[in-house]
Amino acid sequence: MEAISQLIVPNPYLAILLFVAVSVGLAAALQAVPFLTHPMRRSKEKISAYESGFEAFDTARRTFDVRFYLVAILFIIFDLEVAFLFPWAMVLQDISWFGFGSMMLFLTVLTIGFVYEWRQGALEWE
Amino acid sequence: MELLTHYATTLVTFDNLLMLATTLGIILLIAVPVLLGMAYTTWFERKILGWMHLRHGPMHTGPFGLLQPIADAVKLMFKEPFIPGASNKVMFLIAPMLAFIPVLVVWAVIPFGENPFTGSLMVLANINLGVMFILAVTSIEVYGILLAGWASNSKYPFLGAVRSGAQMVSYEVSMGLIVLAVILLAGSMNLADIVNAQKTVWFFIPAFPAFIMFLVSILAECNRHPFDLPEAEAELVAGYNTEYSAMSFALFFLGEYVAMITMSAFTAILFLGGWLPPFDVAPLNWIPGTIWLLLKIIAILFFMVWARGTLPRYRYDQLMRLGWKIFLPLSFAWLIITAIAVKLLGNLAA
Repeated sequence: MEAISQLIVPNPYLAILLFVAVSVGLAAALQAVPFLTHPMRRSKEKISAYESGFEAFDTARRTFDVRFYLVAILFIIFDLEVAFLFPWAMVLQDISWFGFGSMMLFLTVLTIGFVYEWRQGALEWE
Repeated sequence: MELLTHYATTLVTFDNLLMLATTLGIILLIAVPVLLGMAYTTWFERKILGWMHLRHGPMHTGPFGLLQPIADAVKLMFKEPFIPGASNKVMFLIAPMLAFIPVLVVWAVIPFGENPFTGSLMVLANINLGVMFILAVTSIEVYGILLAGWASNSKYPFLGAVRSGAQMVSYEVSMGLIVLAVILLAGSMNLADIVNAQKTVWFFIPAFPAFIMFLVSILAECNRHPFDLPEAEAELVAGYNTEYSAMSFALFFLGEYVAMITMSAFTAILFLGGWLPPFDVAPLNWIPGTIWLLLKIIAILFFMVWARGTLPRYRYDQLMRLGWKIFLPLSFAWLIITAIAVKLLGNLAA
C-alpha cells in the first residue's frame, strides 16, 4: 500500500490538474451521450423559450432588480476582506498584539461601513 | 525542435507513465465512488422523504428500490437533448459542465483518513492550502448557474439564476468567516492538520455556534430546502435549469448532489473530527477511519434531507435578511471572539 502512495505524481498540484482533466472529460462525455443515443427532432414549439405554454411575450434580455447588483458589490467587498484575513489567521500566533490590533482597526473600519450600508437600506428586501 | 525531442525522451519514460497511470487510477478510485454515492444520495433522499411522508418511496426497481438511481440515469441518457432556438448554444452547453466539474474536483484534496495498514494519510493531493482550495473551487459553481440562466434566454431560468447567484454569494461570506475561525483554532489550512487538531475535542464543541451557522449556510450554499428559492417551483418553474433536458439537466442534478456530499465531507472535516472515532477506545478505534468519515457524511446528509422533510420554504427577503443581517454579524463576532481566545490561550494544533 505504501508503494502505491509513492507512485502518485510527486507534485500535488499536478495531481489536481489531472483530476480537473478527468472531471472535464467525464462531464463532456456525459453531455455527449444523449446526442448520440437520441436523434434531435426539432420543431418550432420545442425550441421556443418556455413560458408556461404561451408564446414568449418579449425578450428575456431585460432589466432586473438593481439589488442583485448591489449584493454582488457587497459580496466583493466582504469576500476580499475574508481573503485578506486568511494570512493573518495563519500567523496569529507569531505576530504580537500590535498585529492583532491592526487587524481589529481594519475590521472596525469595515464594520462602520457595514453599519452605514445597513442604515442606508442596502440590505432591505421588503 | 531538438529541445522538444530532448524533453520528450527524458519525460516520457516508463516510470513517469506508470506514475501517471497510477495517479489516474487513484483519481478514478475517488471519482467513481463519489458519483455512485451521489446516485445513492438521491435514492436515500427519496426513501427518507417517503418515510417521513408515510409513503414507501421508490420500491419497484430492485429490492427496496435500490436500482432506481440506475434506472433514472439510463432514462436521462436516452432522453432527447434540445437546445432552445434563442439560446447562446455554446454557453448553454458549457454551463452544466461548469456547475458539475468544480464540486467533483474538490475531492482531490479531501483526506480519507489514515491507511489502516501503514498509517500513512490517504489523500490524492495533500496541499497546505486545502481549505482555501475548497472555498475557491466551490465558488466557481455559481458561474455555471449564472451562465445557464443567461444563456437559456428565457425568463424563468434568468430569474432563477440571478436569485441563485445572489443567494450563493451571500452565504459564502459568512461561510468564509466561519472557516476562518476554524483555521484559527487548528492553526493550519491543511485539512489533515485540522482533523488531527481535533484529537482532544471535536471543533463542534468549542465552536458550537459556528457549527450551527455552518450547517445552515451549507443548506443555502447547496440551494437546498428550506433555501431552495432558485427552484421555487410554484413561482419559477424549475429555476435556472428550466430549459435543460436529458444529460445537461442531469449534470445540474449531479452537481447539486455531489455538492451536498462535498459540503458534508467538508463539515465533517472542519467540525466533526473527520476520520477520527468519537472516543479513542478499544471497539471504536478498530473501525477504519474512512468508515467514520462516511458515517459522518451520511449523518449530515440525513440532516439535509430531514430539513427538507420538515421545514417550509423561506421567502427571498427572509433569506437575504438571515444571510446579511444575522449570519454575517454573528460569524464576524464569532471570528473576533475566537481570535482573542486563541491569542490568549493558544490554539488547539496537534
